[in-house]
Amino acid sequence: MNDSGPAARTETQSALAGQRAAPGSRRFSGDAFFHAAAVLAAILASVTLFATVIAIAYDSWPSIQTFGVWRFLKSSEWNPVTQTFGAFPFIVGTLVSSAIAMILAVPISFGTAVFITEIAPFWIKRPVAGAIELLAGIPSIVYGLWGLLVFAPVFSEIEPWINRSIGNIPGIGLLFRGPPMGIGMLTAGIILAIMVLPYISSIMRDVFLVVPSSLRESAYAMGCTTWEVAWHIMLPYTRTAVTGGIFLGLGRALGETMAVTFVIGNSNMMSPSLLMPSATIPSVLANEFTEATTKLYLSSLIYLGLILIAITLVVRFLAVLLIRRLARGEGASA
Amino acid sequence: MKKILAILLAAGGVFSATASAQMLTGAGSTWVYPLVAKWSAAYQSKTGIQVNYQSIGSGGGIAQIKAGTVAFGASDMPLKPEDLRAAGLIQFPTAVAGAVMSYNLPGISSGQLILSGPVVADIYLAKITKWNDPAIAKLNPDLNLPDMNITVVHRSDGSGTTFTFTDYLSKVSPEWKEKVGENTSVAWPTGVGGKGSEGVASYVQRIEGAIGYVEYAYVLETHGSYARMINRDGNVVSPSLQGFQDASAHVDWTKAQDFYVILPYQPGPDTWPIAGCTWQILRKNATQAENEEVMKFFLWGFEQGQDMARSISFGPLPPSTVEAIRAYWKSELGYGI
Repeated sequence: MNDSGPAARTETQSALAGQRAAPGSRRFSGDAFFHAAAVLAAILASVTLFATVIAIAYDSWPSIQTFGVWRFLKSSEWNPVTQTFGAFPFIVGTLVSSAIAMILAVPISFGTAVFITEIAPFWIKRPVAGAIELLAGIPSIVYGLWGLLVFAPVFSEIEPWINRSIGNIPGIGLLFRGPPMGIGMLTAGIILAIMVLPYISSIMRDVFLVVPSSLRESAYAMGCTTWEVAWHIMLPYTRTAVTGGIFLGLGRALGETMAVTFVIGNSNMMSPSLLMPSATIPSVLANEFTEATTKLYLSSLIYLGLILIAITLVVRFLAVLLIRRLARGEGASA
Repeated sequence: MKKILAILLAAGGVFSATASAQMLTGAGSTWVYPLVAKWSAAYQSKTGIQVNYQSIGSGGGIAQIKAGTVAFGASDMPLKPEDLRAAGLIQFPTAVAGAVMSYNLPGISSGQLILSGPVVADIYLAKITKWNDPAIAKLNPDLNLPDMNITVVHRSDGSGTTFTFTDYLSKVSPEWKEKVGENTSVAWPTGVGGKGSEGVASYVQRIEGAIGYVEYAYVLETHGSYARMINRDGNVVSPSLQGFQDASAHVDWTKAQDFYVILPYQPGPDTWPIAGCTWQILRKNATQAENEEVMKFFLWGFEQGQDMARSISFGPLPPSTVEAIRAYWKSELGYGI
């Protein structure tokens, strides 16, 4: 099925082109103009991206020369006084906070998408879907301030309980011990989860809606429960798009700046506990860029930006790889 | 990013130059922004000259003045005389402000707690971790200090307040100077970082047992708590504008090359120990007309803008300092006002 798609499209295109060329040159010139404009737009977008990467690499060169690549990546010293810089705590902070966000956001998104497409009565579908999409429209600074002023105080009341219950479990408990401050890695992950939820859930909902009703109805007719239909019919059918949606959300979580800066606690020290303050690459940039007075300091901050771009590219690459694999799997099972 | 900003500002400068000749542009420190904004509004209504100040941060301010895209740059940390020479710049102080230690201790209200520099340094070095530590108890024999963990709060963003505070700690604690040092942002040995004064203040307000350093003006506005401090003369003082100004009055500016004097921990019986300053930076090779406009604006601020400064908790420079600045302009630029 997948193979026939593009081929069929090319046929239609060439058929259309044949039709269009015939009636006269006026129509053709309009098409040529559109063609040129589209090419130009595509070139402009990609050139901008490449130019940005080159400019960032150029500006981070002094730092790359001083600290090298491997040393910068694994060093956890970030000291503007001695002008020694290393990225390790921020890379870990970026990855861990995004991981927490995904662990929380993906199941909730799945749940809301299934609720909206399968469970909810008709009159409630639209308001719920609309409310979730509204979440995407809230500026991140609002999430940050809300997290700091509203969520963190409430969460600091819950933290002693987390300390006592989960914190006492051997092994995993290490992750949940710390003073009840209400801010830290876990808070940042939760706020990020709320922020990426609308992206993932609206994509899931949209693709769940296009699952052919014949598939769903036959499953229900065989006596499947809603869970079985969602998990065994809808999810396998749409997994390519769902994976794409999840990685879109992940990309957003990795790069989020303002909201994280407000609630993560901004500490360069690494701690095993998720309740302790931490820092991410974007939060360090937001904090220190304006007052970075020396060349090496500034260039090290830009170097961090370069690493963030690399992380995003790796994530994107993994997403493409995963989607390809899933697509191949679908082909095989069909 | 800074280059793009420079281009944008340059484009803005060209545009404004054609739009109106009566315009001065400056950029830099966010700390001094309220003061420059207040002065410039009053200055414009009086002289018609518009002062456009962009609070992009000290680092940006220094970069802009070096690139020549603005008439003056502002920095919370003075440039070293040799760096000034190398870049063809001059600098002079603007006004004095102070930082205070804000805390959250149940049963102990604002102004009751007394702290000393070495104790604050040890708290920020994580050597003192409990409020009932003997070192704190010794300074506060009348207070019933709780057996509570101290949560250290600092600024996460680079700021002049951090420079003032860490410079103070470096002066009172050799260990701090060796392990951490002073800068607009440092590698903190402990604690959580709040973004901006509001970030630090909200953490301190919320976390029981927290301590943080905040600009005095912000504490006044938000009715936050502050500790009294033991100053260099050994007296217990409360923060006040007079105390900040005393810090500047006890400096012999004429002996300091390029006003390279950092204000924390100056002598004087009533001097507030954690006082700081902002510097304005000019280019020597800018046109005389442009530099004179900048000098006129700041001289007007020094002389006519004192009450405005006090109203937003900035301490005006004492007349002796203003005279020293005028002499400095003349000797460095060859002209003055």
